[in-house]
Amino acid sequence: MVAADSEGPRDPGVRQAAPGAADVHWCALPFRVLLVLTSHRGIQMYESDGSVMVYWHALDSRDASPDSTQAVFARGIASCGHFICVGMWSGRVLVFDIPLKGPNIVLSEELAAHPASVTDIASEPAQEPDCMADVVTADDSGLLCVWWSGPEFKLLTRIPGFGVPCNSVQLWKGIVAAGYGNGQVRLYEASTGALHVQINAHARAVCALDLAPGVGKLLSAAEDTFVHIWKLSKSRESGCTEAAPLL
Amino acid sequence: MDRGGQKTSFVGTTGAVVTLLVLHDIVLTMFNKSFIEELLKPQELYSKKALRTIYDRLAHASIMRLNQASMDKLYDLMTMALKYQVLLCPRPKDVLLVTYNHLDAIKGLIHDNPPLLHLVDETFRQLIEVYGCLSAGEFQLIRQTLLTFFQDLHIRVSIFLKDKVQNSNGRFVLPVTGPVPWGTEVPGLIRMFNSKGEEVRRVKFPHGGNYVIAPKEGSFEVYGDRVLKLGTNMYSVNRPMETHTSGTSKNLASQTQQSIAPNPLAKEELNFLARLMGGMEITKPSGSEPGFRLNLFTTDEEEEQAALTRPEELSHEVVNIQATQDQQRNQELARIMGEFEVKDQPRWSASKGDDLLAMMDEL
Repeated sequence: MVAADSEGPRDPGVRQAAPGAADVHWCALPFRVLLVLTSHRGIQMYESDGSVMVYWHALDSRDASPDSTQAVFARGIASCGHFICVGMWSGRVLVFDIPLKGPNIVLSEELAAHPASVTDIASEPAQEPDCMADVVTADDSGLLCVWWSGPEFKLLTRIPGFGVPCNSVQLWKGIVAAGYGNGQVRLYEASTGALHVQINAHARAVCALDLAPGVGKLLSAAEDTFVHIWKLSKSRESGCTEAAPLL
Repeated sequence: MDRGGQKTSFVGTTGAVVTLLVLHDIVLTMFNKSFIEELLKPQELYSKKALRTIYDRLAHASIMRLNQASMDKLYDLMTMALKYQVLLCPRPKDVLLVTYNHLDAIKGLIHDNPPLLHLVDETFRQLIEVYGCLSAGEFQLIRQTLLTFFQDLHIRVSIFLKDKVQNSNGRFVLPVTGPVPWGTEVPGLIRMFNSKGEEVRRVKFPHGGNYVIAPKEGSFEVYGDRVLKLGTNMYSVNRPMETHTSGTSKNLASQTQQSIAPNPLAKEELNFLARLMGGMEITKPSGSEPGFRLNLFTTDEEEEQAALTRPEELSHEVVNIQATQDQQRNQELARIMGEFEVKDQPRWSASKGDDLLAMMDEL
């Protein structure tokens, strides 16, 4: 597990700061695996054995003036096709185009749909022909944005928040699973944004969600010291998502 | 100053005056307008070294002097207490309520000093202005940053160990009972909806904890009921503990039972005190001679209240402190008692002297 970020070039324009947020993710693209790290200084991408840093993206300190009240950081990483998406403190999502091999990584797009800092990004291969959603992004205001990835990303649905950050998000079979700061776990239909399941799952903020796609099991972990496992399914009659508690 | 058979606090008048002086100077320094303005500027968290320096300066802004070991212990205590309060906040915004509890308690300590009160109220207003409209997400980041600062600190604090909010390995106990944070539902319910948004099914599931709904939200105004007990005086008689399961029992007796076990040393200490005071002459209480009645509570009312509500199980022997006539010791004690009275203006610097006199006039 890579820990130190001292290998990156130091940008003198970026002030030394206590880390506001840091994230790490194995991006398993169809043709290569990259290790992506984020911090208050920037985004680093390494070959899967950690030997070589193939890309460094410094956070644009010009966006944050010295008097700015905002902490500067990158948070939320997901891969989708030959893209890697990384979320920003500003709410923007950076989309990087990854070549088959080598360091020629290019920032291809900046998605500007979130008014608050991005918290998490999730993706899955596009499902049925009628459900093209394959990326979902979440932010501090609880807003969820569902995207269709492509040479240009397209915003399909916006699922509004309710005053509480959405800390973690997963995507499975066209279902968006979201864990919130008030302990709730919610399941939405990705294509329409309709709420299908609302679970009063935890007494404190949900920190993380994880999903086993083969069996449709969702795990939620929260600051109340509990971990829950839920079985997700789609009702045959209505086609609506259901959840049952397993643990 | 107390005279003529009236009761006086055991702290002793000199001790009380010094305490007030120290409090006054520290509050004056801590809530200095420029200092607060500097603190409230948007900036990163101070480094550990910087925080320790500020703390040392604050503590020594008064006539109080602490040696290195005492200073270290005090700083450790402060750090762990703050870690505890930030960690156990039900929701991130509650760190602001904890801060307001701190300010409320400080105002209680200096309540008879209007200029100081005004300083603290000013700070209150500035805090509301700077932090009052931050979002839940921003508070989450603030709390996370604070917790990172306290990471890997596991110093054991005796009062926390005694109250069982800290384990012997230095880790804090996270309670799984009590009220849920404001804005959170009690866990245990799954609701399912159809595509029209109508609820079609409800499933209950067992959640490991034992939670109840939050009674009300704490106030974020300058004056108000904070509801949250984190950040209130850890050392007050009715020590609030976050691990209690019952609702809002404020019964003095029950709380005394919970937290204070009978101290076998107490009787020995009182006997020792009796021997020390043995040479003192006690005349009839209505006379004009100085008398001395020991009151272990802060006020007469508290003493009477405690006597009324003292539960049977905790009844101890009453230790009577008798004055025995011993001429030699009598003279010595009389001389010491005489020194407690301040007849002349003390030789402080001008401003300190004025403050001291003003305070002593109020005693």
